[in-house]
Amino acid sequence: MLAKLLVRYLKPSVWLLLGVLLFQFASALAMLYLPSLNADIIDNGLSRGDTEYIWRTGVLMLTVSLGQIVASIIATYLAAKAAMRAGRDLRDDIFARVSGFSEREVTGFGAGSLITRNTNDVQQVQMLAMMSATFLVSAPLLAIGGIILAIEQSVSLSWIIAVAVPVLLVVAALIISRMVPLFRTYQQKLDAVNRVMREQLTGIRVIRAFVREPIEEERFREANTDIMVVGRKVGSLFVVLFPAIMLILNVTVVGVIWFGGIQVDAGEVQIGTLFAFMQYVMIILSGVMMASFMTLMIPRASVSAERIGEVLDSQSTLERPANGVVEQPEPGTVEFRDVTFTYPGAEHPILSDVSFRAEPGQTVAIVGSTGAGKTTLVSLIPRLFDVTGGAVLVGGVDVRQADLDALWSTIGLVPQRPFLFSGTVASNLRFGREEATDAELWHALEIAQASDFVSQMEGGLDARIAQGGTNVSGGQRQRLAIARAIVHNPRVLVFDDSFSALDLSTDARLRQALWRELPDVTKIVVAQRVSTITDADRIVVLDDGGVVGLGTHHELLETCRTYQEIVESQLGVEAAR
Amino acid sequence: MSTDKTAIRRGRRAERELTDEEKLELELAEQARLAADDWSGGVAPGKPAHFWPSFRRLIGLLKPHAWAFVFVSILGAVGVVLAVLSPKVLGEATNILFEGVVSSLAPAGATKEQVVQGLIDAGQQDLANIVEAMQNFVPGAGVNFLALSRVLLLVLVLYFASSLLMWLQGYVINVIMVRTMWRLREQVEAKINSLPLRYFDRVQRGEVISRVTNDIDNITQMMQQSLSGALTSVLTVVGVLIMMLSISWQLTLVVLVSFPLMGILFGVIGPRSQKAFGIQWRKVGRLNARVEESFSGHALVKVFGREQAAREAFREENEELYQASFKAQFLANIMQPAMMFIGNLTYVGIAVFGALMVAAGQLRLGDVQAFIQYSQQFTQPLAQLGGMAAVVQSGTASAERVFQFLDEDEQEPDAADAPAPVEGDGTIEFQNVSFSYSPERPLIHDLSFRVEPGQTVAIVGPTGAGKTTLVNLIMRFYELDGGRILLNGQNIAELTRRDIRAKTGMVLQDPWLFAGTIRENIRYGRADATDEEILEAARATYVDRFVHSLPDGYDTLLDEDASNISAGERQLITIARAFVAQPSVLILDEATSSVDTRTELLLQHAMAALRRGRTSFVIAHRLSTIRDADLILVMENGGIVEKGTHDELIAAEGAYYRLYNSQFEQAAIDLDEEFRVEAEEAATRGEGETADETAPVN
Repeated sequence: MLAKLLVRYLKPSVWLLLGVLLFQFASALAMLYLPSLNADIIDNGLSRGDTEYIWRTGVLMLTVSLGQIVASIIATYLAAKAAMRAGRDLRDDIFARVSGFSEREVTGFGAGSLITRNTNDVQQVQMLAMMSATFLVSAPLLAIGGIILAIEQSVSLSWIIAVAVPVLLVVAALIISRMVPLFRTYQQKLDAVNRVMREQLTGIRVIRAFVREPIEEERFREANTDIMVVGRKVGSLFVVLFPAIMLILNVTVVGVIWFGGIQVDAGEVQIGTLFAFMQYVMIILSGVMMASFMTLMIPRASVSAERIGEVLDSQSTLERPANGVVEQPEPGTVEFRDVTFTYPGAEHPILSDVSFRAEPGQTVAIVGSTGAGKTTLVSLIPRLFDVTGGAVLVGGVDVRQADLDALWSTIGLVPQRPFLFSGTVASNLRFGREEATDAELWHALEIAQASDFVSQMEGGLDARIAQGGTNVSGGQRQRLAIARAIVHNPRVLVFDDSFSALDLSTDARLRQALWRELPDVTKIVVAQRVSTITDADRIVVLDDGGVVGLGTHHELLETCRTYQEIVESQLGVEAAR
Repeated sequence: MSTDKTAIRRGRRAERELTDEEKLELELAEQARLAADDWSGGVAPGKPAHFWPSFRRLIGLLKPHAWAFVFVSILGAVGVVLAVLSPKVLGEATNILFEGVVSSLAPAGATKEQVVQGLIDAGQQDLANIVEAMQNFVPGAGVNFLALSRVLLLVLVLYFASSLLMWLQGYVINVIMVRTMWRLREQVEAKINSLPLRYFDRVQRGEVISRVTNDIDNITQMMQQSLSGALTSVLTVVGVLIMMLSISWQLTLVVLVSFPLMGILFGVIGPRSQKAFGIQWRKVGRLNARVEESFSGHALVKVFGREQAAREAFREENEELYQASFKAQFLANIMQPAMMFIGNLTYVGIAVFGALMVAAGQLRLGDVQAFIQYSQQFTQPLAQLGGMAAVVQSGTASAERVFQFLDEDEQEPDAADAPAPVEGDGTIEFQNVSFSYSPERPLIHDLSFRVEPGQTVAIVGPTGAGKTTLVNLIMRFYELDGGRILLNGQNIAELTRRDIRAKTGMVLQDPWLFAGTIRENIRYGRADATDEEILEAARATYVDRFVHSLPDGYDTLLDEDASNISAGERQLITIARAFVAQPSVLILDEATSSVDTRTELLLQHAMAALRRGRTSFVIAHRLSTIRDADLILVMENGGIVEKGTHDELIAAEGAYYRLYNSQFEQAAIDLDEEFRVEAEEAATRGEGETADETAPVN
C-alpha cells in the first residue's frame, strides 16, 4: 500500500523528481570527485613536489564543493516540493472521499479515526516521501557511484568492497529486523501506560471513594515496568548498531591500507589512489548506513499507508442516482414502508418492518428506550443511511431515487449532538441557506427561543462561536441548532432528541412557537420526555427494533404496555396521586 | 419527569463533572494535539520559563545512578581517547607506506642525507623536503611490512576497544534512562493519588494526561538523544582538538575556520527554520480543527448542502499548509547539505594546505591523512551539539511542566495516630460546617444537621447550590474550612480517609468503569468479595438481567470507555459496585440524563434496593425520592435554606414550595389530570388494571 500510495501521489511530480535525481546525481558526482582530486594532489602534486599543481587542484576542489552544495540545495528544494505536494494531494483526496461517505462509513471508521487518518497518517507518509526523495535517492547514488569510482581507481582492491558492503548490510539487517517488532511492542506498552493513567484520571473520584489507590498504583506499576523492560531491550539493540557499523567501517579502512600497501609496494597502485580509495569506501558505507536507517521509518509509514488505503478504497454506499427526482409530488409527507435496517456486521436488524406516515404539517413523535433505533430511524429520512429493506419516501419520492441536493434542501435536521461550527452565530444559522437575511435569522431565533440570549451576546448575530460551540451552554447550543434548521426553510423538520437540554417552560414555549409559526412544516420528533410529545398527532413507540405502538398519547396509554411503562418511569407511580 | 435536565447539565459543568459531550470534545482536542505533536521535523514548541533550575533538577533525577554515571563517563572518556588516537596511529601506517614507496625510488645502500642532497641537486627541492621530514627512511628498502603490520594491528585493537566501550557506554546509559523514566512515572502516579481533588477541579483532565504522557515521552527522547550524545560529543571535540594541535597548529587553524562558518549557518538558517516550523504548526492546527469539525459534523454538512463549501475551505487551508510545510521542510533539510559543504571546505583546505606543508617538509603525508579523519570526527559532534540545543530546550520545557505537577500541594496526609473507626450504623452529623472552593466565594456556611441511621436525605436545589459539594465533604474529598462532620460520632477529619471511605459507598452521575470484565468492575467495590456476593449484588441491582444476554456473561470485557454496553447498563454496574461494598452510608447522585426511560425505571428499583437499611444522601431529581425522604435539605447558594419533610416544607410555603412549583408541579398536575381522566375512563369500562399499574388514583 505504501509503495502504491507513493507512486500514485508522486507521479504528478515526476518532473520534479527527475530534477531531484539529476541534481542529486550532480551532487553525488561532486562528492565523489573530491577524493580523486585529492589523490591527484598527492600523486601528481606532492610526489613530484609541484606546489603550483596543488594550488590549482585546490581551487578546482573548491569549485566542485560549491557546485555540490548548489546542486544539493536545488535537489532539496525540488524534493520538498514534490513530497509536500504528495501530502497535500493525499489529504485532499481523503477529505473528498470522506465527504462523499454516507453515515454508514463514517460510523464504521469512527469520526476520530478518520480525523487521524486525514492528518497524522498522511504526515507519516509525507515524511517518508520526503526522506525517499532526499536520502533514499542520494544514498544509492553515492554508494553505486562510489563503487564504480573505487573500481576504476583500483580493480584489484575492489574485492574489499565486495566483502565489506554485504557484511554491513547483513549486520544492519540483523539488528534492524529485530528492532522493528520491539519498536512496535514499545508503542503498545506506551499506549497501555497512557491508558491506565487516563483511566485513573477520569475515574479519580470512584477510585478514592472505594479506596482503590494501592491497587491502581499496582496496576500502573505493572504497565510501567512492562515499558521499562521493553525500553531496555530496544535500547540494548539500538546501542549495538552504531558501534558495530563503525567497527566494520574502520576494519575496512585498515584492510585497504594493508592490502593496498602490498600493491603500492609492488608498484601496482599509487599511494594517492589509496587515499581516494579509502574515501570512497567511507562514502559507500555511509550511503549503505543511511539507507539502513531509513528502513527504520518504513514500518510506521506502512501502517499509516494501510490506514489511508482503507479510506481511499472504501466506496461510499451513498450512490447518487443518475437522474434523481427533483420534483416532489406530495411535498411535506414522510412515509416509512416496512423499513428494515441492519448495521453492517450486526446480526440482528436494529429496525424491522417499521411503517408509518406523516402528512404535511403533522407532528410524529418517536419514543422508545436507548438502543431501540430512534436515531437510526430519523437518519433514514435524509438518507444518511440506506434502508436494507422496505422504503423511505419523502414528499412521495423514494429517497434512493431522489436527487440528494433536492431532498436535503427540503429537510431540516437537528441532530442529537447539537454540533455548531466555529464562526459566528450568523454563519452557523446561515449554514443551510447563505442568502438568508438578518430578519429571517432573528425570526428563526425567536421561534427557537434563542433571540434573548443571542441579543445579549457580545456582537449579537456576529458573536463568536468556538469550535463545537463550546462557548455556549448545552441548552443554547440546542436552540441554535434548531434555529439553524428553521433558517434552512425545510418542508420537514427532524428533531433528534433536541429538547433534552431545555427546561420545561422553554421547551413548551419553543414547541408552541414552532407549531404556531410553521404550521405547514412536518415535524418528526424523537423525544425522551413524555411531556414533549403528548400533543403529537401520532406517536411511534419503538421497542427491540419494531413498532410496538402507534397512535396518540391517549390511545397509547390505553393500549400500549411499553408506552405505559415509559410514562410511569418518568412521572413515578405516585405522580398522579 | 425529567424536569431539570438543563439544570443537571449546567450543574455538571459547574461542578466539573464532564458530560459525554464535553468528554468527546476533550478527546478530540487531545487527538488534535497529539496529531500536531506528531508533525515531526521540528521540535515541539515550548520554552522553559526557568531553564537552569529545571535543567538542574532534571539532571538531579539521575542522582541514584551517580556512580553508574561516573563509570559511564570514564568509559566514555577512555573510548574517546581511543577513538581520537586511532587516526594518528593510522596516519603512521600511511607514513610507513609513503616512506617505503619513496625509498624504493632511491638507490639501496645510500644514506638519507645522500638521497636528500641528490634530490636538491636534481632541483627537486620539494621532494627533498618531504624526504627530509621522513623518520624511518631507508633508501631502497621498500615498504616495511613488519612495521606496517604492527601499526595496523594496534589500530585494529584500538578500533575494537573503542567500539566495545561505545557499546558498553550506550548500554549503561540506556539502562539508567529507562530506570529514571520508570521512577519519574511512578512519582507522577503517586502524586496523582495524593493530590487533593481540588486540583483536578482546577485543571483540565486532558491537560494532566498530556503532561504525564507526552511530556514524559519528550523527556525520555531528549535524555536518550542528547544526554548520552552530549558527553561523548564534548569529549570528542576536546580530544580531537588536542590531537590536531599536536600534529599541526597551522592545519588546526584551517579547521577552526569552520567554526564561524557554522555559526553563520546556524544563525542564518536556524531562526528562519524555526519561524517556518512555527507557521507550519499553526497551519497544521487550523487544518486539523477544520477536519475535526467537518468529520464530527459530517451529517450536518451533508444535509445542509455544505459539502462543496467544506471541500473548498479545506482545499484552501490545505494549500496554505502545503506552502508552509514546504518552506519548513526545505529549510530544515538544507541544514545537512550545508553542514556537508562546510565539511568539504575543511577537507579541501586540509588537502591543499596539508599538501603544501608536506611539500615544504613541515609535515608528513600520514599526518595529513589523520587530519582529514580528525576534521570529519570534529564536525559531526559539533553539528550534533548544535541540533541538541533545540531538543534540550523542548525537553526541559516538558520537564518543567512535569515538575510543576509534582510540586503541587498535596492533600494533608492522614494522621498516624488516627483513631480506629467505631462500629456504627451510619449516623452523620454536620456541625457548623463551612467550605468554599475559593476564599472570595464562600459556598457552604455554618451548616448543621443530623441524620439518623437508615434515614434517607434528599438534597434539592438549583444548579450551583452546592449539592455535590455537600456530599463530597462527607467522603472527605475536600477539607473543611470550619466546623466538623461526625460519622458515628467521630470527627472525620481525624479518621483516615481509607476508614471513612470504607464506610461510605457512592454512585456518581458519571458511570465510570475501567477496562476489564464486568465481574472485575463489580468487585471493584470490595476486593475480597466472593463470586456469590458479586452475583447477589448483580441480581439485586438488575445487572444480572442484561449480563445474561451478553455472549461472555460476567466475563464480558468492557473497553476503555465501556462503549460496548449502554449508558444505563453502565450505571447499573456502578450501582452493583456500590452494593458489593456494603457501606453503611450511601451517596447517590440520581441524575440519569443520558438514560432512557425504561432503563431509568430499573435504575430506580436498583437504587431503592441499594438504599434499604442504609443512611443515604441522594441528590434527588425525582419527585418520588424527594417525597419519600426522611429529610429534605433545600440548598440555595451553598447554604441549607430549609430542611424538613415534604409535607412540612410545602406547608411552610418557603423556598422548597417555590422550587417545587416551578420545577415539578406543573408537570405533575398536567399529568395528574390526564391520569385521572384515563383512570376514570378505565374504571368506567371496568378495566381497572391499567389504572392500577400506571396511576393509582388518589
